[in-house]
Amino acid sequence: MSQISDSIRGLQIGNRWDRAPKWVRSVGLLLVIAFAFYLPFLNVLPFAYIRTDLNPTGSDWASVLFLIVVYMIAAVGLNVVIGFAGLLDLGYVGFYALGAYSVALFGSPSSPVVEALQSRFGLSDEWAVPFVMCIPIAIAMSLTAGVILGAPTLRLRGDYLAIVTLGFGEIIRITARNLDNVTGGAAGITQVPVPPGPEVDGRSFFNTIDAERWYWLALVILILIVFLASRLEHSRVGRAWLAIREDEDAAAVMGVAGFKFKLWAFAIGASVGGLAGLLFGSKQQYVEPNAFMLNLSFLFVAMVVIGGSGNIVGVLVGAFLLTYLPERFRELQEWRPFAFGLALVLVMVLRPQGLVPSRRRAAEIEDRRHEAEEAAADA
Amino acid sequence: MDFDALISGLDRHTLDGITRGSIYALVALGYTMVYGVMKLINFAHSEVFMVGTWTVLGVYTVLGATSGMGVGAVIGATVLALLAAMLASAGTALAVERIAYRPLRKKGAPPLIFLITGIGCSLVLVETFGQVLKAFFGPPFGRVTVNVPSVIETKVVFTIPGLDLPVTNTRLLIIIGAIVMMVALDTFVNKSRLGRGVRAVAQDPDTASLMGVNQERVIMLVFVLGGAMAGVAALLFTVQYDITKFDIGFIIGIKAFTAAVLGGIGNLRGALVGGLLLGVVEVYASQIWDSSWTDVTAFIVLVLVLMFRPTGLLGESLGKARA
Repeated sequence: MSQISDSIRGLQIGNRWDRAPKWVRSVGLLLVIAFAFYLPFLNVLPFAYIRTDLNPTGSDWASVLFLIVVYMIAAVGLNVVIGFAGLLDLGYVGFYALGAYSVALFGSPSSPVVEALQSRFGLSDEWAVPFVMCIPIAIAMSLTAGVILGAPTLRLRGDYLAIVTLGFGEIIRITARNLDNVTGGAAGITQVPVPPGPEVDGRSFFNTIDAERWYWLALVILILIVFLASRLEHSRVGRAWLAIREDEDAAAVMGVAGFKFKLWAFAIGASVGGLAGLLFGSKQQYVEPNAFMLNLSFLFVAMVVIGGSGNIVGVLVGAFLLTYLPERFRELQEWRPFAFGLALVLVMVLRPQGLVPSRRRAAEIEDRRHEAEEAAADA
Repeated sequence: MDFDALISGLDRHTLDGITRGSIYALVALGYTMVYGVMKLINFAHSEVFMVGTWTVLGVYTVLGATSGMGVGAVIGATVLALLAAMLASAGTALAVERIAYRPLRKKGAPPLIFLITGIGCSLVLVETFGQVLKAFFGPPFGRVTVNVPSVIETKVVFTIPGLDLPVTNTRLLIIIGAIVMMVALDTFVNKSRLGRGVRAVAQDPDTASLMGVNQERVIMLVFVLGGAMAGVAALLFTVQYDITKFDIGFIIGIKAFTAAVLGGIGNLRGALVGGLLLGVVEVYASQIWDSSWTDVTAFIVLVLVLMFRPTGLLGESLGKARA
């Protein structure tokens, strides 16, 4: 016990939280959520310094909050794949793009798909699939893509999965760019539908000006997804993922069907990614292929790993930092990618378990570190 | 679909593909060796190649080399550029290993973390040329494509009889250069004492270290060798395409890794087969459809090969290269 390392000590807040009485935890959680809802109006100095629109060139605060929450949703989804099941997915942007394109292709009256449907069934020019119907379509599309991609590749060794998913992400983007007569090509699709709502001040409830409403919508969805993901983690499926992650052969001996559960993780992660993409596309009201570059995949993976893969709180922290910091320091525009790269290397070398590690992961890494040290001492 | 364009120029397109594939193959060697020894995808390797292309540009600029020099000057400048690129690339690869991978190895971090530091290093290197050096020195650094002087003037050396296919000196240099380097590396790994150490660590790190092989030294050696090959690839690339750019490594890196997996990762000869095959397939595909579908074709070929032959065309394992 003399070697309690930083990683274990860092967990004390988590331990104290777990030991707190149930009512303390409920109140605490409610306060955090209430604060999150209040954030767009935060105007009290010195706290208001966290706003991104303090100088005129800054980005709109509520829009930044919205983007943060959308990326948080994506990161929580990717965490199911990377953190829970231990599969490396470098093409997550593909599912994100599929979600955005589904709502655009089926919901926008000017998309080639809808136009084809209009002329085929003699519908009016304004007809399009309603937004509410686009949600199941988007989820179904990304889910199907996840299964189609996962079925042949999840049987392969883990490292190959990385390159195949990487390719998948690019294929989605290039296809969207090249198939002019289906996806609108490089020009993209405009008039992406927004969620229904009452008209306020002569505008629809979800419009381009009142970004805080989008933020609240995304926040509600995030809370739902986080709840589902944390239930999943502690379910039978979650335990199966853990077993596969630790030792697939041992899990197979114990009767855990590796392939089946891996495919589950992949499909669930994909559909959450699609949902995040749908929100993004709908808020932008415009979808184009260049919004889904491969770098975004790396960013998502970095969020999960820097935050602490496997731990939902950690992943939320990672997503927040990696979205918020670049927006807050917009004036450093050109230097941001460099700083991002440097931060990735430094954080990971100094704290391989992530900023807010999952307890189990931290213990695993601690274990391996001792093994590595012992091996070094032997040699 | 335009098969006529492909068929009518089949010989020309094949030559094109082999040229392109030779460069993929050389870069693929770096991925395949590091993977063979460490079971790690070195994501920063693409930038090792990129640094090489900039070094070539730097040497040409310092020497004042341009097109239209005498034969002696051309050979001198090219050889100097080659050596400098090999040195710079190998140095970069070694630095990446030291900074991003070694500390993690000491801590026994899970494989995913290596990938993230690799991506981080890659970003740092890209931005060094795209932003940092620009801030200090201005052009040619920055986010634009830069011309590299075509020191070697492209000339038709001979025409393949029967096919009426002209072969230029640059293509000849690339193909011969790539093959010579690959044969040299293959011989080194299979015949030399150090190469035996590499194969031993690839086969079984623990047993190898019991037998007195210094694992850390082997890892360094692998990074240096892979880096040097990327340096050669960088020179050959500039000879053929006459450009460099801060993010030029990205696509070539992905293609080279695909080539390594295609041939069987960890397998040196597989890298050659995978590289050439990928190059040819890409050029054919760009003729049949159009060039915007090239990357998609490359990945679909990869997925198909992996589905039916998960260990790649020639099978994996650097260790079993020659037991």
